[in-house]
Amino acid sequence: MKAPKMTYARADSVAQALALLAEHGDGANVLAGGQSLMPTLNMRLSKPDLLIDINRLEDLAGISVEDDAVRIGALTRHAAVQRSPIVAEHLPLIAEAMPHVAHVAVRNRGTFGGSIALADPAAELPACILALGATITVESVRGRRDIAAADFFKGLFETERQPDELLIEIRIPCQRPGTVHAFMELSRRQGDFAIAGVACAAETDGETVTDAKLVYFASEDRPTLAANAVAAIAGKVWSDESRSAAMAALSEDLDPMDNLQGSAAFKLHLQRVLTGRVLDQAIERARAA
Amino acid sequence: MMETTLTINGESITATVEPRTTLADFLREQRRLTGIHLGCEHGVCGACTIMVDGEPVRSCILYAVSCDGAHIQTIEGSDTDPVIVALQASFTAHHGLQCGYCTPAMLFTARDIVTRLPDADEDRVRLELAGNICRCTGYAGIVRAIMAVLHDRRAKNE
Repeated sequence: MKAPKMTYARADSVAQALALLAEHGDGANVLAGGQSLMPTLNMRLSKPDLLIDINRLEDLAGISVEDDAVRIGALTRHAAVQRSPIVAEHLPLIAEAMPHVAHVAVRNRGTFGGSIALADPAAELPACILALGATITVESVRGRRDIAAADFFKGLFETERQPDELLIEIRIPCQRPGTVHAFMELSRRQGDFAIAGVACAAETDGETVTDAKLVYFASEDRPTLAANAVAAIAGKVWSDESRSAAMAALSEDLDPMDNLQGSAAFKLHLQRVLTGRVLDQAIERARAA
Repeated sequence: MMETTLTINGESITATVEPRTTLADFLREQRRLTGIHLGCEHGVCGACTIMVDGEPVRSCILYAVSCDGAHIQTIEGSDTDPVIVALQASFTAHHGLQCGYCTPAMLFTARDIVTRLPDADEDRVRLELAGNICRCTGYAGIVRAIMAVLHDRRAKNE
């Protein structure tokens, strides 16, 4: 349970980090919070030649509102996101998800960008930013580019980020009037890996669900946007029947993988239960608003 | 090997450290601060929790070199920390430990709870403790001990 030997470089500027990534590419790992990377290295599941420590790059940390979107710097710690009044006001989905992101001591160190870049299929934040239609900015010595969340998550721990690119920031559209957010997760112990979970951004007046983004995590190899479940209820008055229709249609959207947290059948069952609950909650919140 | 400077329990230390050395291993093996306990070494059990720059963190998934310039507080340096001292007395009074393996880390998580969440109720205390495992399963005493300190602190502030 000790990491392999490796070389370490502390980047003092984004330019220096990008130059190192350009030189070492696949052979380098970026060390941000390290809360997933270090367990991986301790268990020797990967062996980078070089660790590029970006913890001094203060420019990459911070939360601000710009043009109806919240900008979260990649190096922003989970604890800072959880405490942020901007996130609480404009991104209630993220605020509701944060207590589920590991435990306090891990949130003090782990970073928002790190969770996105890692793309763990059981992670909360990739699902949330997909539901909210976020944009991810990456940069390399070749330049900067924006990637839509819908194009970013490619598979198990695989993303559109290229080996020489550094994740810079995530821009997430602010909650719009008429849209309600709800987040639910099931795990053995709060903060542990999810058995099942869903991020929901629904357009509803409290009676009819006009449209919704339902994104499921801890099921497939990446966060999964459910189109059929939403199609089953879109434009209809919310009722026991439409709840059942959404739950039934979910099997056309979701084909969970077995893992240590549960079997595929168990996960599909739980995701169906969460579908009903999360939409009930969205309706309730719309009525209260 | 890299030269790293840390303030450990108030004392500034410069040491030569291999980059792959975790903060926990550095503090235990080079500084003999063995109140840091290693259970899982991948951030799940919480037994290695210490304070870095005033916040509880997992020292088994932090590299010592990455903490250059940081202020570290371990249980050995907490005799002058009034919150830890109060918690220790309360853990004693309420049977908040059995084998003691999880205790130093529990104290730091407890410190975070009573300082960050002064109005926490028992449910919230249990939720916040979720990141620290006690395999004696002595949680009832630990929760009682933390609740007692929370009540004392509220009474003093009234």
